[in-house]
Amino acid sequence: MDTSSLEIIYTGNILSLVFEGELTLYNIAKLQKKIETLHLNQEKKVVLDFSKVTFFDTASALMIYALQERIFQNAIELQILSASKDISDMIELVKKHKDKIKATQEFKQKSYLEILGRLFYEKYLIFLSFMAFLGEFFTSAIHNIGIVKNIRYKEIFFEINENGIKAIGIISVTSFLIGLVVAYQSAYQLKLYGANIFIVETLGLSILRELAPLITAIVIAGRSGSAFTAQIGAMKITQEIDAMMTMGFEPFRFLVIPRVVALMIIMPILIFIADIMGILGGMLIAYKDLNISTTLFIDRFNDVIEAKHFFIGIIKGPFFAFLIAVIGIYRGIGVKDDTQSIGINTKKSVVESIFAVIMCDALFSIIFTNLGI
Amino acid sequence: MKYIIEVTDLKTVFGDKIVHEGLNLKIKEGEIYGIVGPSGSGKTTLIREMLMLQEIDGGTIKVLGYNLSGISYKHAQELRQQWGVLFQAGALFSSLNIRENIALPLIEYSDLPRKLIDEIVDFKLSIVGLKSSDASLFPSQLSGGMKKKASLARALAMDPKLLFLDEPTSGLDPISARDFDALILKLRDILKLTVVMVSHDLQSIYDTINTLAVIDNKKIIYDGSVNNISTIDNEFIKTFFKGYI
Repeated sequence: MDTSSLEIIYTGNILSLVFEGELTLYNIAKLQKKIETLHLNQEKKVVLDFSKVTFFDTASALMIYALQERIFQNAIELQILSASKDISDMIELVKKHKDKIKATQEFKQKSYLEILGRLFYEKYLIFLSFMAFLGEFFTSAIHNIGIVKNIRYKEIFFEINENGIKAIGIISVTSFLIGLVVAYQSAYQLKLYGANIFIVETLGLSILRELAPLITAIVIAGRSGSAFTAQIGAMKITQEIDAMMTMGFEPFRFLVIPRVVALMIIMPILIFIADIMGILGGMLIAYKDLNISTTLFIDRFNDVIEAKHFFIGIIKGPFFAFLIAVIGIYRGIGVKDDTQSIGINTKKSVVESIFAVIMCDALFSIIFTNLGI
Repeated sequence: MKYIIEVTDLKTVFGDKIVHEGLNLKIKEGEIYGIVGPSGSGKTTLIREMLMLQEIDGGTIKVLGYNLSGISYKHAQELRQQWGVLFQAGALFSSLNIRENIALPLIEYSDLPRKLIDEIVDFKLSIVGLKSSDASLFPSQLSGGMKKKASLARALAMDPKLLFLDEPTSGLDPISARDFDALILKLRDILKLTVVMVSHDLQSIYDTINTLAVIDNKKIIYDGSVNNISTIDNEFIKTFFKGYI
């Protein structure tokens, strides 16, 4: 039950504030509003009357403290009436801590330029640390490459199974659907011109060169990139990485290189599967919509699609795999000692690796076009 | 007297916060050296620096005769095979079972036959008080006390000279904690270990530690026997050892 109230009484230029009942953080909001509407400029003296207050908490003390400060600022005389010991102690306690807070608080207004500068500097530091990570990766790779004993076959095959073999299903379905969709959209246009047979060129070029590698990379980025980050991030939090380092097991040799190598090996194979499934999807639509028989489709495919298109798609695989694995692991190692950081880093790892893959693909396009391939 | 660890004039800075400045300590061979201090005083940081998990910003740290600043890869690997570390939460490799966890350093660093490695693992499990039948369990299947013991067995796998313990009894019930203290004392005597530990457990400090270092205000403010601690006038020591001194 709300028993608190505040009565405001003017007698000449003396203002009396009579508090009553239980003043707690549940009910002082309305009193606060009343107090804020007071002007406090004509009054000579303010009387705070606590004689009818039965309970008083720290929130009320803070409110009264703020009011007292206002009264002092306006150079008005203050009189506190029959405050019990509890109440005056509480106000005193608040005052003491307020002074302490004031002493330690430094107000620094940041300019937009400073915020912008800090932002860029932080990004620059992240870039530097990523470069340092890459550098460490390459030195560790060179260090271990010649030593057969140092190659972690067991881990590599485990990762190939985990990130490659188990991904075949989802990649097949996705690329089959993409083939279907591309064929379906082009079939309509091609029919208009009676150029039905050109569906083979459209599909062959777009799927082999661009779509299959990209779709595979995006699925793998979402599937393995996030898994790398979350797994390594969790190992960081449980101090497993520290434990490895103190035992002299370099995380690069045990965690990073096997994952990167596994993904680089399996990616071209996955792209090959995506090629087959995409073309199959396209063939289905060609047969249904454009009346191009399977034999005709394959004959035409043999004639017009050069092998180089296939190889261009495949060659992208290891590059995409490298980017996805390295970004995923880098983000995992970047996890700080809290759980929220795993979420943030996993999100960043997926977004950044997809972005990096698309950037890399654009770069390949420019290079291949200029080379006339 | 031979010193196992020597820290001279250590400085550590995080951003604009100075953690250690002019910190000095020396750890003798064969002793159990305890580090206490208020939270945030940089105890764990100090241990991490000794373990080469963190760079230092000034001064020198010498562990087993190796100067950690600018240490070569080869020396660092040699050093890492001569110490064992027990992390606060165990830090057992979650993808491996207990046997594999303990056997891992032996497999990596030695060419012992598999059978002998298994025998070593069983022996190490037995000295920390675990049964061989526990060896096939994974870390997630263990209780807190068993995790610590298994982790200690892993730390002892390579017969180290030096053992680091980060809050060994935290999270254990009082009975297990006392057992653990007794275990540490026993191991020190059997294996001639030098032990460096961070602890908040007063009973454990009184029972095990030979030399106690109190770290506060970026420095070691006390370094010596636990029994003379009352001579120091410091707010943290007064509160921490209240009732004992």
